[in-house]
Amino acid sequence: MTMAAPDDATLDAADGATPSPAVAPAPMRAGERWSWTPYLLSLPGIALCAVFLLVPLAMTALLSLNSFSFYGGIADVWKLDNYADILADSYFHEIFLRTFRIAALVTLFCAALGAPQAYILRRMTAPWRSLCLLIVLGPLLISVVSRTLGWALLLGSTGLLNQGLLALGLIATPIEFMYTETGVVIALIHVLVPFMVLSVWASLQRLDPQVENAAMSLGAGPTTVLRRIVFPQIVPGILSGSIIVFALAASAFATPAIIGGRRLKVAATLAYDEFLNTLNWPLGATVAILLLLANIVIIVGCNRLVERRYKQVFE
Amino acid sequence: MPYLVLDQLTKRFTGWTAVDALSLTVEQGELISLLGPSGCGKTTTLQMIAGFLDPNAGRITLNGQDLLAKKPNERGLGIVFQSYALFPHMTAAENVAFGLEMRNVTRADRDRMVADALKLVGLDSYGDRYPRRMSGGQQQRVALARALVIKPNLLLLDEPLSNLDAKMREEMQIELRRIQRSVGTTMILVTHDQSEAMALSDRVVVLNKGRIQQVATPQEAYDRPANAFVANFLGRTNLLPGLVEQTAQGVSIAVADARWPVLQSVPPGPGALAVRPEKISFVAEAGLSGIVQARVFQGTQWLFEVETAAGRMMVIRQHDGGVLPNERERVMVGWRPEDMAVMPAQEAA
Repeated sequence: MTMAAPDDATLDAADGATPSPAVAPAPMRAGERWSWTPYLLSLPGIALCAVFLLVPLAMTALLSLNSFSFYGGIADVWKLDNYADILADSYFHEIFLRTFRIAALVTLFCAALGAPQAYILRRMTAPWRSLCLLIVLGPLLISVVSRTLGWALLLGSTGLLNQGLLALGLIATPIEFMYTETGVVIALIHVLVPFMVLSVWASLQRLDPQVENAAMSLGAGPTTVLRRIVFPQIVPGILSGSIIVFALAASAFATPAIIGGRRLKVAATLAYDEFLNTLNWPLGATVAILLLLANIVIIVGCNRLVERRYKQVFE
Repeated sequence: MPYLVLDQLTKRFTGWTAVDALSLTVEQGELISLLGPSGCGKTTTLQMIAGFLDPNAGRITLNGQDLLAKKPNERGLGIVFQSYALFPHMTAAENVAFGLEMRNVTRADRDRMVADALKLVGLDSYGDRYPRRMSGGQQQRVALARALVIKPNLLLLDEPLSNLDAKMREEMQIELRRIQRSVGTTMILVTHDQSEAMALSDRVVVLNKGRIQQVATPQEAYDRPANAFVANFLGRTNLLPGLVEQTAQGVSIAVADARWPVLQSVPPGPGALAVRPEKISFVAEAGLSGIVQARVFQGTQWLFEVETAAGRMMVIRQHDGGVLPNERERVMVGWRPEDMAVMPAQEAA
């Protein structure tokens, strides 16, 4: 009754209309002509990258190896003393821990807010969709300083939020938002949520709109469709959005500087202070390099995890 | 008692009516095709049966039960989508098992039913594959197995073969017909491909602009189209204007210098007749005279274009060794009265 089970090769070959998307580009064979053209053509890009990114980075890395004294200034030595100092001092531990705690919290809240937001946006109809997308992207259109100062006005102890809550009788004393992690996290979520929305949006675009109907026709209710069908397919979008948000939150400067102030230092403001207040450039450079390394380790690690988990499904 | 009843089903979108008072009955075990050009309302009709769209008016009953009162996930229908709509993050077996999971079928039963369904569509050894790693034809089979495994009351197929190449399409047509015979599920097939509809269906429903043009067996619709739209949509046809008259010998239609008796009941007055090119032959007398404008050899057949007083006609003759007229030759064409469909003039517009 069943037809003869077609073997793999014949079916794949017979069905020429839909070639398998998983075909990897053929590796270069021996004897193929080596061409300089692609490298020459990408030279301007490489040059730009080198001059504006790699050289300053290398200089910072070299600077971090120098030593500094209040009376002698920067000495041209090549030692790892600065790294040893930071790794041994609990003051720096606290700042780095705070930086990554804030980044992790911001990432978590951005995912929790941004993913549903992107899904709702996709289900909206034409005029509302673009309007709401504009509102979501709004924070990116405003200068970071004026946006953060706006949050300072809202969150301050005599700010609008506290006054409102006091007037409603919900709280007896003003909640401290300024110079606290809560305040920094709130302000960072506001500006970083668009990156999550855009990233999830991109993965929703790849979603076949009929897939939800298919699940429904098989008997799945709305929450089951979301949990079993939509969510697993946008996880890669959420994870890549998380990587962007985490990197930006961990290296954010203006928001922690204004909302967090001098009392609540994070790695970026610490590096700034070392450079411009203490004038200890080598130590500042060390902080910057350590922040970069930690970011790279976390992001590359996450990316590996995502790729391994979803290789079979989404490559 | 009819199994599926669509009663005065209407769907209006802003500015236009996609489906206009559509009524149709389908018997149990029947394979019926909704056939028409894009925008004729066939997919809209399917979506209303599936529950993805709500009709503005009308009723749908399945096996005596009101279908519109149920949510899409409670209707128990199987649907094969044009894009297949497989779940990309699940293997073929997990895809097929999804509907059974939703029905709380036990693990052991589920595994057995999934294996049976995959076997039915000839994919026994493909259960562990992800859709991305399968060809279009294989994905199509998984989609079919996924819809059939839940033993649906009704299987809806939305242009299921349109994404396959010609060779695969033919294979799947035969496959689909075989599966339909063996499981006996009532199926509704939506397609714009008339040859597909004719090859697969027990009956075809020809739709245009949201209205039913004709409901008939494929052969009936081909041989005796209800109007010019059906005649043109189901293959090539010659449509000639004429005058239907009541004479002493009965009703007949006059076309230019020729006259044919009318076997259908058509009111007297201006009318039209439709006749298929392959039903026309060259005759010695009692036909429509004309001049052969062109003749083209097509291997198994000859294609003629004949200019007559009633208009330009297309004639197909088999390449069977018989003597056939040359270009520029004066000829007379004729056909049997039962091979033509006569309709009032307004149906021929």
